[in-house]
Amino acid sequence: MQNASNFKLVFTLLGALVLLFLIAPLAGLILHSSATELSETLRDSEVNQSIALTLWTSMLATGLFALLAVPLAYLLARYSFWGKQLVLGIIDLPVVIPHSAAGIALLTVISRQGMLGKAGGLVGLEFPGTRAGIVMAMAFVSLPFLINAARDAFEAVPERLEKAALNLGASPVKVFFSISLPLAWRGIVSGLIMMFARGMSEFGAVVIVAYHPMITPVMIFERFGAFGLSYARPVAIVFIAVCLVFFIALRILSNTRRRAEG
Amino acid sequence: MLKVENLHIDLGNFSLRDICFEVQPGEYFMLLGASGAGKSVVLESLAGLVHPRQGSISLNGTDITRLPIQKRKVGLVFQDFALFPHLSVEENILYRLKLRKKSRKEQAETLNRLACELNIEHLLKRSTTTLSGGEKQRVALARTLTLEPDVLLLDEPLASVDVSLKGELRSLLRRLNQKGQTIVHVTHDYEEAIALAHRIGIIEQGRIIQSGTPHEVFTQPKNRFVANFGGVKNFYPVRLEAHPDKETTRACITDTLSVQLMTHLKARKGFVLIGQKNILLATGPQELDTVNQFRGVIKEVIPARFGYEVVVDAGIVFYVSVTSEAVKTRGYTEGQTVWVAFNASSVKFIPG
Repeated sequence: MQNASNFKLVFTLLGALVLLFLIAPLAGLILHSSATELSETLRDSEVNQSIALTLWTSMLATGLFALLAVPLAYLLARYSFWGKQLVLGIIDLPVVIPHSAAGIALLTVISRQGMLGKAGGLVGLEFPGTRAGIVMAMAFVSLPFLINAARDAFEAVPERLEKAALNLGASPVKVFFSISLPLAWRGIVSGLIMMFARGMSEFGAVVIVAYHPMITPVMIFERFGAFGLSYARPVAIVFIAVCLVFFIALRILSNTRRRAEG
Repeated sequence: MLKVENLHIDLGNFSLRDICFEVQPGEYFMLLGASGAGKSVVLESLAGLVHPRQGSISLNGTDITRLPIQKRKVGLVFQDFALFPHLSVEENILYRLKLRKKSRKEQAETLNRLACELNIEHLLKRSTTTLSGGEKQRVALARTLTLEPDVLLLDEPLASVDVSLKGELRSLLRRLNQKGQTIVHVTHDYEEAIALAHRIGIIEQGRIIQSGTPHEVFTQPKNRFVANFGGVKNFYPVRLEAHPDKETTRACITDTLSVQLMTHLKARKGFVLIGQKNILLATGPQELDTVNQFRGVIKEVIPARFGYEVVVDAGIVFYVSVTSEAVKTRGYTEGQTVWVAFNASSVKFIPG
């Protein structure tokens, strides 16, 4: 009994240290900023526009790429095919490579000389230094979160339910929309939230692809480089607060839906 | 009519070989086999969920072997029911009718008819996740019946139902069949087969090894596996030696052990079958008219549904049914020396 109690105590202490490590920088950020600084930052139109741009582009990246990522996740969950492991590896690539390198790689294909850049040029769409470029950079680094979450969610849907629907005369498309998607929805929503959050906080890839228009992580970096810590700190606090509010709100929304369904 | 011919299916290390059977319209056909014998795979191939490597399946004269799942008029009730957990009972039942864009009136009529027939009117608004095994079974049946299938496939439909509900569900299945519904049912329970089936097929290691009416199969089992499935445990391969001067025939089970039986059959080889209840157990040799008496040692005393099953090793193993009272008064225990005895007329010979 004594051993069990000591074990729990040691683990609690170790856990507390990790939590302290996570909380300390955020607490330091708040403690070192004055209310006046924060109030001025909140009234700063450049900051507000930048936050709006960050939220909007991340939302767009999540929404647009979800249309491509969810079908891919379904294929990966349901079918075995030659080269599947390679595909899975490619999907995880953006998570493991430095994001600045990801930005360079992306710039290679979306610049005017690149394959995507040329295709975009045909319809009057340019990527480097534009909102479209930011969307591409955010999507590139955050897609693995959605694809992997959606794949796990589809894998958790028993295949027998889909077979039962087919047996009742449903077409594969109908089965996907009436059975697989609703049952995997919670996992997919979780993936969408993670993708949105990851896209919103992206710096490395975006700064290479589009320094301007300036998303908030780039603005924080710029103000830190040009004016120092005290000038960048209030922007960071406001942006972290916005991120948290969105993250918590989306989580609550998805949990409310889960309870309503349950 | 459902006709399955020379079906071969490969699934990883498992394969079904040369599966052949026919099911007449309105017939109740049951595939009986142990777990892993391949009986569910047969059903899934009929439903189109797995594809055969070879062979054909035809339904009412049309070859459906390669037809997509949704185009066969074959309804499958899965062993785990496969009810859609995000839909209510009513929505589950109406799933096909909504797919087919049936009118609200038609949907309501079908729903009421099936709910009444299957006695699930009170469950319609419930979530499927809150139902008991028996309730889920009825809902799954109702949902599949909206398909108006030419053949209803049932995968172990009574396996996850309480004993108390089994009788009720058997009556329901019997009623459905009596209304003309053709049914193919797979199970591991021979009692289900006796209670429901017109004809049965015994499947072992991917092959149908015997088929016929339950009476034919269980009274004339082709081998020990079939005999065991029919609840007959005292089943032995034998070589016959006739005694011209005697009424009885000697059936040699081993080189040193034989039993006497009465048969007019001239076959030299076959099987003998002795009902557990026809064997007498005693603590010493008995002065009885029985010609078959053997000394043995009790290996096990197993509680059974009625009384006990005593396993006696007398050179071959005999399974004997005895009452609880006999076990109590005689004090049968493992390792005890006992005698088993039975009449020659209790030994049934099956040529083979």
